[in-house]
Amino acid sequence: MALLSKTPEIDFMAGRKIAVSVSAVILVVALASILIRGMNFGIDFTGGLLLEVGYDGPANLTEIRESLAAEGFGTPLVQNFGTTSDVLVRLPPQEEQDAGVIRDSLLDVLAARDSSVELRRIEFVGQQVGEDLTEQGGLAMLIALILIFIYVMLRFRWKFAAGTISALVHDVIVVVGFFSIFGFGFDLTVLAAVLATIGYSLNDTIVVFDRIRENFRLMRRDSAESIINASINQMLGRTMITSMTTLLVLTSLYFLGGEAVSNFALALIVGVIVGTYSSIYIASASALALDVSPVDLIPQKREEIDDLP
Amino acid sequence: MNRYPLWKNLSIAAVIVAGFVLALPNLFGDDPALHITREDGSPMTEIAVSEIRLALEDGEIEFIAAELDEAATLVRFPDVANQLRASESLGEILPNHIVALTLAPRTPPLLRAVGLQPMSLGLDLRGGVHFLYQVDLDTAIQQLLESHLNTLRTDLREAGIRNRISLAGDIIDIPVLDADRLDDVNQIIRRLDPLLTITSGSLSGEPGYRVELSPIQITERQNFAIQQNTITLRNRVNELGVAEPIVQRQGLDRILVQLPGVQDPAQAERILGATATVEFRLVTDQSVAAYEAQESGRPPLNSILREQRNGSPVLMARDIIVTGDQLTDATFVYSQGVPAVNVRLNSQGAARMLETTQANLNRPMGILFIEDTPTIEVRNGEEIITSVREETVISVATIRGVFSSSFEITGLTPFEGQDLALLLRAGALATPIIKVEERTIGPSLGQDNIEKGRAAVIFGFVLVVIFMALYYRVFGLVADLALFANLVLIIALLSMLQASLTLPGIAGIVLTVGMAVDANVLIFERIREELRNGNSPQASIRAGYEKAFSTIADANVTTLIAAIVLFSFGTGPIKGFAITLALGIMTSMFTSILGTRAVINLIYGYRQTPRLAIGGRVQHGTA
Repeated sequence: MALLSKTPEIDFMAGRKIAVSVSAVILVVALASILIRGMNFGIDFTGGLLLEVGYDGPANLTEIRESLAAEGFGTPLVQNFGTTSDVLVRLPPQEEQDAGVIRDSLLDVLAARDSSVELRRIEFVGQQVGEDLTEQGGLAMLIALILIFIYVMLRFRWKFAAGTISALVHDVIVVVGFFSIFGFGFDLTVLAAVLATIGYSLNDTIVVFDRIRENFRLMRRDSAESIINASINQMLGRTMITSMTTLLVLTSLYFLGGEAVSNFALALIVGVIVGTYSSIYIASASALALDVSPVDLIPQKREEIDDLP
Repeated sequence: MNRYPLWKNLSIAAVIVAGFVLALPNLFGDDPALHITREDGSPMTEIAVSEIRLALEDGEIEFIAAELDEAATLVRFPDVANQLRASESLGEILPNHIVALTLAPRTPPLLRAVGLQPMSLGLDLRGGVHFLYQVDLDTAIQQLLESHLNTLRTDLREAGIRNRISLAGDIIDIPVLDADRLDDVNQIIRRLDPLLTITSGSLSGEPGYRVELSPIQITERQNFAIQQNTITLRNRVNELGVAEPIVQRQGLDRILVQLPGVQDPAQAERILGATATVEFRLVTDQSVAAYEAQESGRPPLNSILREQRNGSPVLMARDIIVTGDQLTDATFVYSQGVPAVNVRLNSQGAARMLETTQANLNRPMGILFIEDTPTIEVRNGEEIITSVREETVISVATIRGVFSSSFEITGLTPFEGQDLALLLRAGALATPIIKVEERTIGPSLGQDNIEKGRAAVIFGFVLVVIFMALYYRVFGLVADLALFANLVLIIALLSMLQASLTLPGIAGIVLTVGMAVDANVLIFERIREELRNGNSPQASIRAGYEKAFSTIADANVTTLIAAIVLFSFGTGPIKGFAITLALGIMTSMFTSILGTRAVINLIYGYRQTPRLAIGGRVQHGTA
């Protein structure tokens, strides 16, 4: 069995203008949504109180909302979580009151309605902690990108590093934009997934670049465009298979891992798809646009890392 | 010919076998269990254990075993439902005990004896309470400044120097009215603390000094405030009797408390929020009169009867000399080679202490430790919160000299000294802490998370295994072996490091399973390519492994960078993900390059021109 019985000869670079325009449109839509619609941040980032309870049977959300409103909780977010008998209540951060007091009275209200209620989870995050996390999260993303840029610079020189980083920034914006457009909850685990996406997409890009470098040495008479095309084609089998195995496990995680990791898995699924695409089009096309030549690929100081396995 | 030397094959085999042994304890799983300790920390006895067994049998609660585990009793249950029922009924039957939910690993005694442990599970998998407290450092600094202000004011007054000392923000201003005594003022400030930053100048028309804390003093005070709160919280957590609690500093000004198995965050918070204080009082008697009072329960006039921790009675004067909020510091020191606790008081406390010691030389003085723990009582079906006050005499010492703001308590063993300093600090004016984060995971959700995580790992693993075997035939099966070994090695490393496994950690394992085959895909694709180019099977295998190596290394280093950034930034759950991802990358390099090569060599390395079953309809060249 083989997906590709022989090396395909698809002219990827010829289509790069279309691909780049499509990407540009997606990026604009994603950025617009992030800026205008914003993110559906989880309480990790916003602060607030979240309570998950389980009832014996299906829960009546309307009644729960009414009794919470009657007890002076305003209009908190009340929704099912996973199953119809599980209920999630989320309160925005409260200025005055002690979180412990709010939690206890909230539990009292829920228990008064139906004594079969079972506490499954409480999360309380102070506003300050949330702000700190948002700041640290952005910082982490930036540091990761800078470190990666340095590493790729050392291994491939700056034009390829620029290509890599543009692919990574593209991936991050698309994944975050996806969560913004569809309003999926963006919490700490999703942030981790975005960072893992960076790692994964990078993996893909590096593999293609490695082959481009090798081919620059082997195919000295060919143009940069045809060398990049040949390299992408040669690595296409690998890129697709690895994406496939990764998507297989992520799908399994999405469906079986439970509600707590489903958004994490979803972010990675989007990330893997986008990352695969971007390592072909964005990374290679931007390297080509910067007019790469063999000189840009061979690192200044060639390290002997090709140890025999 | 592709052959590994014997030593290489043996070392690879040794690593894999070691991995299997280390991962072995995880096969046995956990029992839902109860961890029962006595409130006063004294060890439980076999008799108590048999009482527990009887009580469980009477209540028709199924349990697997009840046995002594060091000072505690551990009762194992077949399921969470029985565990919860037992927790309720034992909580009623055993009033002076702490009953905590826990998970007890079913590791066989033989493995336990050689120190093998299963992975430790994070709170999101085992259930429990997580608190993050923030220490109010601004208040800590302000407290120190106020204490300095009071001391300086008293000292200046005692020296008869007219001044208008005041505290504004972080600065103590001392305009001196007796201009000729500026040097004395300087000395008084230096004597209080030589590290204070002093600037002289004109203050609102008078000559004087401006006193500020130096950066070192600020840092010291902040660290002190955090340590003090950490120690206090740790003591209270110990009172909760939780198995494997965590209390640790996080970042600059936060303290993390994790209580596995605790179900009721409200109750835990009440105990953590208990307030403690100390009182210094004169001791009137601790022999005959004290025992008589203990018998009759009636202390003499103007005395109060209290007990030491060993139960012996102490009669103390009704008048309090100094209370905890007048205490500014207590440290354990060696004074001239003798263990001692160095106590410092603020100016009010110092004045009272001076008066008392002058009048009561060679009489005993005692320290009373008072703790208020709010508890819930159910009366007529209604919960009433009452505060339980516990008072214990923690030290009795003879007054050997006249002292005021600073003195030493001697006559202690080093252990007692450290304990006393700790209790004194716990009872001193504590820096306020604010809860900034709370996460509670119910036991059933934890169990759910474990099951779901396991299902996701197994199903994802099986899918990848099938795919690889179909796509790469024999080579695919070898990669599958490596993938399995990789999974075992990750679990082995996690068990060895005892890093807690969290749900995101499991997600990291799942992701690793998907990505770990990448190295093999790269190698196998390369081998196919080499075969297509007409190279011999043996040369193709060699070239495939050699040429793919630098690509694999590059690709993995970059993912590792992302994992390390995640780790250094992340809090609890994210750290778990970063750890498993990083470990997975490293173990996968080993299994998918060295491991598969060893097996491929064993299968094909000894034949001249083998037909490689690698799929992909490749033409087989001849050597």
